[in-house]
Amino acid sequence: MNYFPEEVLEHVFDFLTSHRDRNAVSLVCKSWYSVERFSREKVFIGNCYAVNPERLIARFPRVRSLTLKGKPHFADFNLVPHDWGGYVYPWIEAMAKSGINLEELRLKRMVVSDESLELLAKSFPNFKSLVLVSCEGFTTDGLAAIASNCRFLRELDLQENEVDDRKGQWLSCFPDTCTSLVSLNFACLKGEVNVAALERLVARCRNLRSLRLNHAVPLDALQKILVQAPQLNDLGTGSFLHDPDSEAYCKLKNAIKKCKSIRSLSGFLDVNTRCLPAVYPICTNLTSLNLSYAPGIYSSELIKLICHCKKLERLWILDTIGDKGLGVVASTCKELQELRVFPSDLYDGVGNAAVTEEGLVAISAGCPKLNSLLYFCQQMTNAALITVAKNCPNFIRFRLCTLDPTIPDAVTNQPLDEGFGAIVQSCKGLKRLSVSGLLTDQVFLYIGMYAEQLEMLSIAFAGDSDKGMLYVLNGCKKLKKLEIRDSPFGNVALLADVGKYETMRSLWMSSCEVTYGACKTLAEKMPRLNVEIINEGEQIEASPDDRHRVEKMYLYRTLVGPRRDAPEFVWTL
Amino acid sequence: MVDTMLNYEEGMCKKLGFEETELRLGLPGAGEKSNANYGKRGFEETVDLKLNLSTKDVGLDQSDLKEKNLNKEKNLLPCPNDSVKPPAKAQVVGWPPVRSFRKNVMAVQKASDSEETDKGAGGGAAAFVKVSMDGAPYLRKVDLKMYKSYQELSDALGKMFSSFTIGKCDSQGMMDFMNESKLMDLLNGSDYVPTYEDKDGDWMLVGDVPWEMFVGSCKRLRIMKGTEAKGLAPRAMEKCKSRS
Repeated sequence: MNYFPEEVLEHVFDFLTSHRDRNAVSLVCKSWYSVERFSREKVFIGNCYAVNPERLIARFPRVRSLTLKGKPHFADFNLVPHDWGGYVYPWIEAMAKSGINLEELRLKRMVVSDESLELLAKSFPNFKSLVLVSCEGFTTDGLAAIASNCRFLRELDLQENEVDDRKGQWLSCFPDTCTSLVSLNFACLKGEVNVAALERLVARCRNLRSLRLNHAVPLDALQKILVQAPQLNDLGTGSFLHDPDSEAYCKLKNAIKKCKSIRSLSGFLDVNTRCLPAVYPICTNLTSLNLSYAPGIYSSELIKLICHCKKLERLWILDTIGDKGLGVVASTCKELQELRVFPSDLYDGVGNAAVTEEGLVAISAGCPKLNSLLYFCQQMTNAALITVAKNCPNFIRFRLCTLDPTIPDAVTNQPLDEGFGAIVQSCKGLKRLSVSGLLTDQVFLYIGMYAEQLEMLSIAFAGDSDKGMLYVLNGCKKLKKLEIRDSPFGNVALLADVGKYETMRSLWMSSCEVTYGACKTLAEKMPRLNVEIINEGEQIEASPDDRHRVEKMYLYRTLVGPRRDAPEFVWTL
Repeated sequence: MVDTMLNYEEGMCKKLGFEETELRLGLPGAGEKSNANYGKRGFEETVDLKLNLSTKDVGLDQSDLKEKNLNKEKNLLPCPNDSVKPPAKAQVVGWPPVRSFRKNVMAVQKASDSEETDKGAGGGAAAFVKVSMDGAPYLRKVDLKMYKSYQELSDALGKMFSSFTIGKCDSQGMMDFMNESKLMDLLNGSDYVPTYEDKDGDWMLVGDVPWEMFVGSCKRLRIMKGTEAKGLAPRAMEKCKSRS
């Protein structure tokens, strides 16, 4: 019996912002489902092929903000062929036709064409926010369409996308009447921008809080921009190259000093380290610093900069900082919550000035609030990981990547099982884990036993037998995404608990031991899973032998059956 | 996995073959680490008596260090087998797992970085670096772009610090590294030796690389006592041997 009138329920539901809460609420009873679905404005779809646009619109007709994710995570590392899928056009088209009042679109790993952007720009008069992360398929022409047509655009945030530069003047396409921008990030664009247009745009957008420039914006332009926008919270510099003895540089220093609200700093895509001191005055209030695209800054300069950043909560940096530099971070940045150390030397195959377990131990000892880590390192030891686990029991995300994928403990030559075991045992709230180094089935036993909150697990070159994968599937009750490459897990593990996969978003297995036969069996038993086999290169046989090993398999739960946009080389069994 | 690494290391030792003649501080057990630092001798590592000689040094991936040193573009150490490639492990598809976007950005920056090094710190801006001399009460600054050769720089430094004993490190100073006995005299004596800190923070002996490359990578100069510079000398020795 429902004692509350629907309006009251709706009002109460307004306070529920998280998707999980809303999903839970909608399961209570039919009436709650109905109220909830009409009031939901923000929809999150973690796998664009789990549902389709029609179902989205049917269930949530008042949706205003949509988040979509496309390709599997390993697509980031070139493991998924180019035309695999993840097209956003059908979604935009369907929403446009249905008169959805779309205001915000956030896409990750999707293919976005210029046509999509044009349709988006012209179909939704209240469109306010476009965030594209790791997407591809569009050019600056598409951006021009957005700039020209979205009259109330507040946010245009492009993160690490592959964008073709058409040498147009997309920035100039923002009309003079556009004053609504709050966030503009075009750091990933490779081409020139009209700097004068940019300066005018910044000058008239008095609410601009976040601005990230690309490398084509020179330092003297930055100075003029900062003079117009001292209210910025988040700045990504473009090129930071100039003669430090010049007047332009001097003006820049003064302009920066006036930007007392900057809390987040990034960029330095091209840098003259002798210009770095210009940012020291704003370092004291920084909570977020991203220098991971600035290999031109040497360790000693990094250290000098970081010494000023006592309030840092998030730091993204290159391994050029070295263990010593991490020691300085540990003693300076007591508020640190998230650390990412990226490899600087990707082409020689080994870290040029890499970090080791020492740096990580120092950080764990000095930064008690650390809860999120991505660490590319030259080497690691169990002892270090055990110490880290003791020092930092609050990890939510722990991603360790040894540059040599199967390197053993650097001191004992043993597998790193015990180290990762300590991490999962100590960090009871761990939601995401990536393991690397020499690992046997034992580490997966630990993960299955202790990682009760684990939602995402990434495995590469690890394990000895099916047991490893079985430990994980049986133990991790909250597992949502499992991705495995180059590990000896096969059919027994794959087929042991087929029902499990409906409780998960997806499973990726490449260069493992599963066969066609097993994949077919799985697909037969579980009609609400799409089991995709991705064949690249080699001859595509009409019907391969069941005993043939599958090179790449991606399976995911879905309500809408096999997708119709799969390319030739993808078979849905 | 470990086997491949060991074989590679062995192979490297044979190819380089300089170990026997190499000068170093010769601490027991220091042998392996010193080997690994071919081409680039860390300043701290030679002067500091390796108080940290822990198992970490032994555990460190020796072949990696060698590879890194061999493959560095700036390293002019003539190696009979310059084209030795890193072992296959370095070429695993999609490893380390870094987004292509990031990889591309780093590749572009690396390319332009080395271009700059070759051109000698691109741009017309001056290249002022601090010059310190052990024992001198104050530092000086020189604009490296004012000079066209080591000779000129040497003369200028000599004049700058003439009030202090710079000894043999003037007109002939840098060129004398070609002569083994003179070098040993210089290093063993209380005479001074010019060194510099490069882009990576390593301390190098002045005179090894072409002038333009030096200007591009030099961050500061330090004129140190010959005895302290001992650990840096062997690179110059290798250069002697290869040229003769």
